[in-house]
Amino acid sequence: MVLAIDDLTVEFATDRGTLRAVDGVSLAVASGKTLAVVGESGSGKSVTALATMGLLPGSARIGGRIVLDGEPLTPERQRALRGGAMAMIFQEPMTSLNPAFTAGEQVAEALRIHRNLPPRAAFDAAIAMLERVRIPDAARRARQYPHQFSGGMRQRVMIAIALACAPRLLLADEPTTALDVTVQAQILALLDTLKRETGTAVVLITHDLGVVADHADDVAVMYAGRVVERAPAARLFAQPEHPYTVGLLGAVPKLAGGAGRLASIAGTVPDMRNPPAGCRFAPRCPFAISRCIAEQPPLIPITADHATACWRAPLSQILEAA
Amino acid sequence: MLRWLARRFAQIIPTLIVLSVLIFGLQQLMPGDPALILAGEERGDPMVLAQIRAELRLDRPLPEQYLNWIGNVLVGDFGFSWRIREPVAKLILQKLPVTFQLASMAFIIAVLIGVPAGILSATRRDTPTDWIANGIALFGISMPNFWLGIMMILLFSVELGWLPPSGYVSLTEDFWESIATTIMPAFVLGTGVAGVLMRHTRAAMLGALAQDYVRTARAKGVAERVVVWKHALRNALIPVVTLGTIEFGRLLAGAVLTEQIFTIPGFGKLIVDAVFNRDYPVVQGVVLATALIFVALSLVADLLYMAVNPRMRQA
Repeated sequence: MVLAIDDLTVEFATDRGTLRAVDGVSLAVASGKTLAVVGESGSGKSVTALATMGLLPGSARIGGRIVLDGEPLTPERQRALRGGAMAMIFQEPMTSLNPAFTAGEQVAEALRIHRNLPPRAAFDAAIAMLERVRIPDAARRARQYPHQFSGGMRQRVMIAIALACAPRLLLADEPTTALDVTVQAQILALLDTLKRETGTAVVLITHDLGVVADHADDVAVMYAGRVVERAPAARLFAQPEHPYTVGLLGAVPKLAGGAGRLASIAGTVPDMRNPPAGCRFAPRCPFAISRCIAEQPPLIPITADHATACWRAPLSQILEAA
Repeated sequence: MLRWLARRFAQIIPTLIVLSVLIFGLQQLMPGDPALILAGEERGDPMVLAQIRAELRLDRPLPEQYLNWIGNVLVGDFGFSWRIREPVAKLILQKLPVTFQLASMAFIIAVLIGVPAGILSATRRDTPTDWIANGIALFGISMPNFWLGIMMILLFSVELGWLPPSGYVSLTEDFWESIATTIMPAFVLGTGVAGVLMRHTRAAMLGALAQDYVRTARAKGVAERVVVWKHALRNALIPVVTLGTIEFGRLLAGAVLTEQIFTIPGFGKLIVDAVFNRDYPVVQGVVLATALIFVALSLVADLLYMAVNPRMRQA
């Protein structure tokens, strides 16, 4: 395993009490594989990624263990590996690049820091990197500023920055959400290609199940700071076991389905300062029983690689019976 | 770029025309008759007064006086001082380097104090460092220059005897003596500007540090020191540069009181003496020169803004 997160908790002190944004999350990704982390905004996906990078504000209290390549990540190690052995790309390509420096300089900076390349060599390597992310006319584009790039091209520059030092782990936080659909497909295909070439482990954070189906090997579904279901991607789509996953899949618009209304899950995400005592999805769950409201379910394995945090598991049998 | 420059210069011309009319017109509203002052002892003699008025063309209609003045200015002739009997252009060229030296030193002091203090208080927001820096900035902005000047003279010249209390020695004459005569007034002028720069740098840095690209830089593994001094500061300086240029213009124009206190023979002293003596050509010349400096500096501010802001370059 390149990345193994074990029982991660992240808490923030707020004016209205402690907010536990991540509550006992465990994840693992192997070299050359993509783990998709799926969930609504506020489910703790981004906070999990930022905790891995060590980019949370100093006020965050972090518990549990994060292990990269067999060694626990301490704050010192995070500082040293950030941008080198582990890298991250963000959702907003329009604002994530520094407007005052050229694209080439911004890629070269990572190489100067982690590869100790002199400025000239770093810039040449940056041009090569921009070519690898399929930016046409890279030598000229390297001398241009972010405002001269389109959104898709900026995200390519971000990917070039992230992959410049051949990281073992890439955290991609909604990398295509801000881009239009055709550009999304290009960027994700590019990430797949680069991952195959380098053997980088990818954590792909998204709320788009279409993206998951096409690009992920494994999926972790998060709800209200917890992983509620974990399975290989194909299995999750064929046989979802958690009511929340079932709801999410029902909420995927099917192109063939015609003009029907989008399905949605009734209710809203709970207040994380004051979560329900039992299963956090219970208030919105059509399958909830009294135990669900009283007691929080752990992740229960259904098969060797499929687990779900639901007292009513295996849910597929109930669904079939209905 | 060339088209932009051409357009920018075209904008300057109407500005200057309006300015020259204002300068000439406002001066006519000043109480006191220059002929009376120039006549001195003979002010009771109407013949002498009429003669002076004719000589200085004060008996001509105002529009004619204005056109006469501005026509000469356009060919570089700022006229003669009525009182000192010297060309106004020569007086300006004599005093300008003095004021320029003073303003430059004040500005350097202001930047050296204001910008780092602004950065420090932004990166240590809501800590005692931030509060102290803000307190000092407020002190610098609100303290009257004349009071601070007098206090400094009392301390460094009268009590300690380290620095001359007044007077001026030019840079070419004796470099260190020149610095010694200007350091106190420069500090007095600089503190006010430092406060302004500090507040603006702080606000701009707080804005820049909250940007996504700062997070990107941290994710790249950039050291925190470099994140602040390179990634954030480079963007935060864009508004500060523009402000700094305007503040420099104010230093060049507005040192009247401080120059009086330290008896520095600069622009401020020249214009005060000219106003008291109703020496119209000098007043007009100095105010016009100040206005020209301001117009030039605002052009410099625009050019600097383009230099530090890549987004402006192909406009």
